[in-house]
Amino acid sequence: MPATAKREGRKLESVAEFDSVGLRYGTGAEVLRDLDFRLANGGFYFLTGPSGAGKTSLLKLLYLAQRPTRGRISLFGEELSEAPRDALPAFRRRIGVVFQDFRLVRHLSAFDNVALPLRISGTGEDEVESAVREMLAWVGLGDRANARPPTLSGGEQQRVAIARAVINRPDLLVADEPTGNVDAEMAHRLLHLFTALNRLGTTVVVATHDVGLISATPGAQMIRLENGSVVDPTGALRNPPARASSEGLA
Amino acid sequence: MMLAWIFASPAERRLLSGGRLRGPTPWVIAIMSFSIMIIAASGLALTNTATLLSNAIEARYSIEVPGGGRDLQHLLQAVRSAPGVTSAQAVPEAEMRRTLERWLGPGARSEDLPVPALINFDLRPGADVAPIQARVSAISPEARIAAHRETVRPLLNSLRLLQWVALGLVLLLSAAAAAAVVLAARGALDTNRSTIDVMHGVGATDLQVTHLFQRRIAIDALTGSLIGAVAASIVLLLLATGAAFAGQLTGGATLGPIDFVILALLPVALTVLATSVARAAVLGALREAL
Repeated sequence: MPATAKREGRKLESVAEFDSVGLRYGTGAEVLRDLDFRLANGGFYFLTGPSGAGKTSLLKLLYLAQRPTRGRISLFGEELSEAPRDALPAFRRRIGVVFQDFRLVRHLSAFDNVALPLRISGTGEDEVESAVREMLAWVGLGDRANARPPTLSGGEQQRVAIARAVINRPDLLVADEPTGNVDAEMAHRLLHLFTALNRLGTTVVVATHDVGLISATPGAQMIRLENGSVVDPTGALRNPPARASSEGLA
Repeated sequence: MMLAWIFASPAERRLLSGGRLRGPTPWVIAIMSFSIMIIAASGLALTNTATLLSNAIEARYSIEVPGGGRDLQHLLQAVRSAPGVTSAQAVPEAEMRRTLERWLGPGARSEDLPVPALINFDLRPGADVAPIQARVSAISPEARIAAHRETVRPLLNSLRLLQWVALGLVLLLSAAAAAAVVLAARGALDTNRSTIDVMHGVGATDLQVTHLFQRRIAIDALTGSLIGAVAASIVLLLLATGAAFAGQLTGGATLGPIDFVILALLPVALTVLATSVARAAVLGALREAL
């Protein structure tokens, strides 16, 4: 079923379901093992764990940059582990990603970087113009719209990356250390943006080491990875939160 | 729409780094286009030459009478009155000796040297030479009839072979141009790999990415093809103006209107080829990734 049809269909209970998922790169050992969990629709999740635990690999599976080597992954109600690659773009348009290394297009202005998801999904230029100006102003970069990434500071680049990830109001927002390069005030603003999106129905998954960020979001669920496996001592993942619980986050 | 990719918005044009005519691709294609045009023009001129020659001698025959022309006038009358003969002339002995002099020197003028009598005649297309052979043999049993097309067949064969060589060279150069475009497309993909990853990450389809490259390579190919075609046209014009083209290259044959249409279509064909190859190369490369 096309992603757009699914989007207009019944409300999904979970946006992502992992069933016995394993991942290995090449012939190496598995970096992710036996992942069995689901992310509730509208949930807010922090992904934590020591370096090398597999957080970035798990995020890659979530934003469809990697296929699992075993097991099944469903996103938005569709089993995508072996879906043809032509089917993936429609699902990617429903996912916003904030990369740890920003992944901005260096020769494009901040405006064009943020506008990219809208233009790719066929949004008209008038709408793109107003939406991007508003978003850049919101992340405090209204006066840097024409600046190219190499002329922006690390924090500014991160804000452009976040603006690009959320400009399309994604159903699923995946962020890898999104506050790693910004000051405390901007981190608070970005967290506010994430929780605001979450209130609008976006499921948010944030990989972070930032304890302050986690403690500032008390209702969020925690996914802890160790040695490629999910550690779930509270059982929160087996009993995903209802929408009401995440509404109390902001 | 199939050709929607040609009309990119300014924002789409900004997506790929680097500008047009900054790489070697347009210039490589210009050289290929120039070479293809010159070779194609030569090939077409050879075709016309072969056709002219073939038409001129197709129905022409010679009667050779060893030992001289005792019965020459009688033979000439018999040939002229034969059905299907459109014209017949006896070659004067003086002309024969002048011709032989080129090979034998002044000795060819000697009366001691026997010179065969020669009658050239043309047949109407489809006419049978056998009745004429019978008439000639009745008058002069030792006379032989030779078809000119048999005499010049090796030359015609060589001309036709050269046509095929020209066609082969055109195809070979087109293949080389296509290979250059594939390399250029792969280079452009590598240069823009991070942009492509970002585009895929935010939901771009392979076709959306491919159209960016396809459009740029189409413009580069068209620019290069036209540069090469203009340069080739100037060279051909100079050759033709100096009468060298018509006289030496084509042996008297010239290029006709259809030939010019073919030559004018070559840059377009090269552009279409380059664009199609680039599209296939980019799509193929993109499919290697997730």
